[in-house]
Amino acid sequence: MNDASNDRSELAQLYRQMFLIRRLEEEAARAYATGKIGGFLHLYIGQEAVAVGACAALAKDDYVVTTYRDHGIAIAKGMSPRVLMAELYGKATGCSQGLGGSMHLFDKDHHMLGGHAIVGGHIPLASGVAFASKYRGDKRVTLCFFGDGAVSIQGFHEGVSLASLWKLPIVFICENNEYSMGTPLSRTVSVQDISLKATGYGIPHDRFFATDVLEVKEHIAQAVKRARDESMPSLVEVRTYRFRGHSMSDPGKYRTAQELEEHKKRDPLALGKQKLETQMDKAKLDALEAEVEREIEDAIKFADESPEPEIGILEQTTYDGPFAS
Amino acid sequence: MKQLRFREALREAMIEEMERDDRVFLMGEEVGHYNGAYKVSEGLLDKFGEKRVIDTPIAEGGFAGIGVGAAIVGLRPIVEFMTWNFSAIAFDQILNGAAKVRQMSGGQLNCPIVFRGPNASARQVGSQHSHAMEHFYATIPGLKVVAPAFPADAKGLLKAAIRDDNPVLVMESETLYSIKGDVPESLDTIPLGVANVVREGSDCTIVAYSRMTHVAIEAADALAKENVHVEIVDLRSLRPLDEETILASVHKTHRCVVVHEGWPYGGVGAEIADRVQRSAFDDLDAPILRVSQLDVPMPYNAKLEQRVMPQASRVEAAVKRVMQRGAS
Repeated sequence: MNDASNDRSELAQLYRQMFLIRRLEEEAARAYATGKIGGFLHLYIGQEAVAVGACAALAKDDYVVTTYRDHGIAIAKGMSPRVLMAELYGKATGCSQGLGGSMHLFDKDHHMLGGHAIVGGHIPLASGVAFASKYRGDKRVTLCFFGDGAVSIQGFHEGVSLASLWKLPIVFICENNEYSMGTPLSRTVSVQDISLKATGYGIPHDRFFATDVLEVKEHIAQAVKRARDESMPSLVEVRTYRFRGHSMSDPGKYRTAQELEEHKKRDPLALGKQKLETQMDKAKLDALEAEVEREIEDAIKFADESPEPEIGILEQTTYDGPFAS
Repeated sequence: MKQLRFREALREAMIEEMERDDRVFLMGEEVGHYNGAYKVSEGLLDKFGEKRVIDTPIAEGGFAGIGVGAAIVGLRPIVEFMTWNFSAIAFDQILNGAAKVRQMSGGQLNCPIVFRGPNASARQVGSQHSHAMEHFYATIPGLKVVAPAFPADAKGLLKAAIRDDNPVLVMESETLYSIKGDVPESLDTIPLGVANVVREGSDCTIVAYSRMTHVAIEAADALAKENVHVEIVDLRSLRPLDEETILASVHKTHRCVVVHEGWPYGGVGAEIADRVQRSAFDDLDAPILRVSQLDVPMPYNAKLEQRVMPQASRVEAAVKRVMQRGAS
């Protein structure tokens, strides 16, 4: 069992990350409404425990690859709120110099390899990152996140199948938030237990609800250990729920208000806070939240005041070296 | 100087680059245990072992994606498609992965990968196995595309492709794999984006690449007997395109015919025609003509297939048409 003080400090740390993601996205939604952010904005609100718990199970040099619902994972992997918000604002100071936007967050220094927006297409790519680790023998592990909407497409099956064939050090994390955009799982997959797909590929699987961030970490840590020590991939289905629409244009009419309210009772952020309140005095918790608020405020100011990218960066970011036309 | 077959030249390029850089590896269907569907990779498994010569299942989307993922974290994969036709399955990985990852990461990540394999028509392999895929790929910024016609170019360009820090697509040809050609012992890389004038002439420029360069040479031999002297620009590289060499030739001949496999709607020929008319309008004595596959899927029937594919006779006719236009 964990030492109580370690547990407390770790929970506080993870709660801080979840709170940061929640508040950052609430502010991003506000900025979207005022036109500061354009295009697509897929919020992670409700799912924070997945990214934060999973990334807490990683070593610093491990890789993550994810989908377009990537804000939470970017923060959990160490991206600064400043460069994230600036990217959403399309500014030159953003992680991708304003060229990627919400769906394409990349942070090479923190081994956050995107932010990919073709459903399932990034799964073979993630297997390739793990392939490189095995090729080099660098003992790094790759986490590949995707939604329940990705498990019917070729990329999922080929990516998992090849990782299994070649025993690549990767953990496939299916964030099952019950809806593939607006269509419930029951209408898109024949077997509701997605983790069972692992059996066809002969790899271990796991399945659980993401209500407690520390439990998420413990589950993912087991799969990470298998990947690192045995080079054995795993498929982990993490059941979760998003409280907002698929994207900003989605009013969520495909689900009832009651269903949403039931899930909000199990909000991992609120539950994390309740648990933390039993371990941490109120003043310290308030201070932690105030610190996050200041960080968000600073990130918004930074994004707002940053310059737009110049047209000159387009050619040099398309090719390394001379432009090829 | 030595004589090598096209497939041997490609193999030498891979061997030399794999010996030079241990980040380079080969992956694809039948490349190892079977020694290559077209024997390009013959002997490589024995030479380099299973770590670096990797047989894949039939899963183009999967292994193309693995290549892209490995490349963005620093390896230098060579991904072989048994034929470029099958790259249609992997199109998403090339279009949305390889070509875009540098730009969408704001320049943080590169994708130094080579995709290679035989392209365009073979002999009577039907509509699904006869695609000239270079037209789809050459349109995509972020990619480079080469299509050599001779063994020496195949070797030099593949070596350059492997060393390039961008994704490079190498279009080979099943019908060229057995042709022989001189390859200098000292040959290293041949820079991408440099065309080669393989025949000098004053009457008309023919722009071609890959197998069509040989068709153009056949047409040129026939035309010479009628005292028509064409200049042949063998592109070698489609993106980057050596506009300068094409324009210099047109400036000299005042006429231009572009020959390629693939359909007439859009494509590399249309791109060249556009660039030449924009940059050398006053040099031209006749409209630019394109000789391509006919605008239908490739039929199986041997005679019809030949009718659909660009032939030397059609190239000759096109050259005569532009010659007449200028003379009248």
